[in-house]
Amino acid sequence: MKRAISAISAMAAVLALSACGESGSGGGARDSIRAVGSSTVLPFAKAVADKFAQKNPNFKAPIIESQGTGGGFKLFCSGVGVAHPDVANASRRIKQSELDECLKNGVKDIVEIQIGIDGIVLAQAKDGMPINLTEADIYKALAKTPYGQPNTAKTWKDVNPALPAIAINVYGPPSSSGTRDAFAELILEKGCDADPAMKALKDSDKDKHKDICTSVREDGAYVEAGENDNLIVQKLAANPNAVGIFGYSFLEENGDKVRGVPVQGVSPTYASISDFSYPGARPLFIYVKKAHLTAVPGIKEFLAEFASAWGPDGYLAKHGMIAAPEDVRTKNADIVANMTLLDPASIN
Amino acid sequence: MTEPTTMKRQPTDWKSPDMVQRIKRRYAAERRFKAMGMVAILISVAFLAFLLISMASNGARGFMRTDVRLPIDFPASTLMVDPASFKGSSDDVDQLLAGLDFEGPVAAAAEQAYGAEGGALLADSAWLIVRDAIKADPTLLTRKAELWVPASSDVDIAYKGEGEKPMRDRVAAMKQAGQVTSGFNLGFLTGADATDPTIVGIWGAFKGSLLTMIVTLLFAFPVGVFSAIYLEEYAPRNRWTDLIEVSINNLAAVPSIIFGLLGLAVFLGLFPTLRSAPIIGGMTLALMTMPVIVIAGRNAIKAVPPSIRDAALGIGASPVQVVFHHVLPLALPGILTGTIIGMARALGETAPLLMVGMRAFISAPPASFTEPATVLPVQIFLWSDEVSRGFVEKTSAAIIVLLVFLLAMNGLAIYLRNRFETRW
Repeated sequence: MKRAISAISAMAAVLALSACGESGSGGGARDSIRAVGSSTVLPFAKAVADKFAQKNPNFKAPIIESQGTGGGFKLFCSGVGVAHPDVANASRRIKQSELDECLKNGVKDIVEIQIGIDGIVLAQAKDGMPINLTEADIYKALAKTPYGQPNTAKTWKDVNPALPAIAINVYGPPSSSGTRDAFAELILEKGCDADPAMKALKDSDKDKHKDICTSVREDGAYVEAGENDNLIVQKLAANPNAVGIFGYSFLEENGDKVRGVPVQGVSPTYASISDFSYPGARPLFIYVKKAHLTAVPGIKEFLAEFASAWGPDGYLAKHGMIAAPEDVRTKNADIVANMTLLDPASIN
Repeated sequence: MTEPTTMKRQPTDWKSPDMVQRIKRRYAAERRFKAMGMVAILISVAFLAFLLISMASNGARGFMRTDVRLPIDFPASTLMVDPASFKGSSDDVDQLLAGLDFEGPVAAAAEQAYGAEGGALLADSAWLIVRDAIKADPTLLTRKAELWVPASSDVDIAYKGEGEKPMRDRVAAMKQAGQVTSGFNLGFLTGADATDPTIVGIWGAFKGSLLTMIVTLLFAFPVGVFSAIYLEEYAPRNRWTDLIEVSINNLAAVPSIIFGLLGLAVFLGLFPTLRSAPIIGGMTLALMTMPVIVIAGRNAIKAVPPSIRDAALGIGASPVQVVFHHVLPLALPGILTGTIIGMARALGETAPLLMVGMRAFISAPPASFTEPATVLPVQIFLWSDEVSRGFVEKTSAAIIVLLVFLLAMNGLAIYLRNRFETRW
């Protein structure tokens, strides 16, 4: 008898719980924009969201979450409807596999907007000995198996006799980060392909090439500093011989503590990143579901706010974003105005 | 065979050198042990003091805001609006103000007052203060006015004696001229997250924490207390109840991230539209808090002397009456203490809430249990990762708010225990 009563009360509790949740979901409309994705784009999206909310009191402030570019696309591509985000922030273009996932879940009409450029910079403390690196130096110093051989380099001098004999000590993002992916693609892979044999390997064995060219050493010379770039800046300030890897905005904000390390003879500056002469430059994107334009209020205005802010005089530059060249900006402003769809064939 | 030695014991010779040595060693061991205990206490006190002092010294500045005096000649500015048009409902006024460009005139006024780079002295959000001032008093538009607006992070840092030298000198000169001042930042306690560190506030996250804790309490407390009562008072002793007991004890030790994944899979799977809502976060934390309450509740119920149950049963009370009239009221202080300790742990929890999306940038405090929110520890985590230097002290200030919240909860636990505890 007692057992029956407890079973019934347990069932009642479960029912109450689910009823409570249901009443909370409130029909299914959503009145605030939801954006997910890259932590690199996050500060810019936040700035735009802030301004958008201040200028448009009749719309609710957008909700912006950061899971990294890959995590963002996973949520973004999970379906159409109020339960799924409207905007995906990305620090790289959408991949074919992610686009396939989107199409599979019915997310068909995607608008791709390039909002600007970010630079992945190498930096050191202001009082450190100035060094000049090439892509090949960086690759040889940080790869797990440079050109297929185990990495034995202890100091920068081991990598390139022209460099000082200070220990290789690099703080950088963990493997889960989009910044790390971009670093591997923009700098390590190029340094790796400096060797013709590796270039040839790319055509014959793509997986092996990727493994040799983008795996980072795990013997302590490269320290994964978590997703917290402020921590890297602090470590650099404390250790003048260390080198850090982070986004350009942190370099700009902490100009009194750290300075950029030139790569291939080019220092990371606003100008060199915006014309892509600095090797660590990469475009930033946002992706929008066109189907949500009518369902969620304010998306169009939000995108228009983005477009008004991404110029060289716009406030996003103050937050450390680098404006795209003028023709790219005009093209993307057109995309915002007409909501031109992404051509799936352009993704390779 | 040797003769057995005489069993008669010699009286202890306390003065013999051997004995003196031995006694000395005993006392030395005693002193060593005391010293070790003392060192252990000193180390923990030193850590605590280090934490509190560094937080307080960094965080105290986070509660202060530096303001710059900004003279604006409204009639001469490019702000084209007729004060007479400020009529109608506050929505109409908001709409009207939203259509105006305040940033241009404010930057122009700053340049007029402080030279070419005057705009850089003001916070990005300075124009919001001007807008609010005009909303409060439209007649400002007809005259010259002086407003105190928030200073940029650089000025703020320089005012507090840090940052680059030229800016420090500049600010010192402005201070002499009475153009810059610093005061308590009430906005920090009433505002929500923002991109500009000078106007961020902790209230959004605080309210998020509060709503989440309420949900956690509503789910975890009844379930926990009833489980404890059933297991202690009704459940037969057999293999099944042993298994349940072991499971609950294990559940209390499961790392919190696992509960986050569970919340993501189960709660968000059922209600996908409620991502980031306090109700989902609260339910996830309730899973984590419930076993703590069960364990504390069982111990408290066990501590109620059997004589009280026997006496009540003896004069004819039913088992339910025994439980609700006698056992539960006597066990309640212990249950509440356990509950509050469990809730304090839930309040400081970050990992499971990250999984259910309570890490978003949300610039308005949540109005209900179903609106997106964030919580204090997550807010601290997010601010610590901010680019802008101004967030460093805001992070410390937020930590102080969290610690005060925690202290208040623990204080409540101690009060409840002392107030209602019965001793036998």
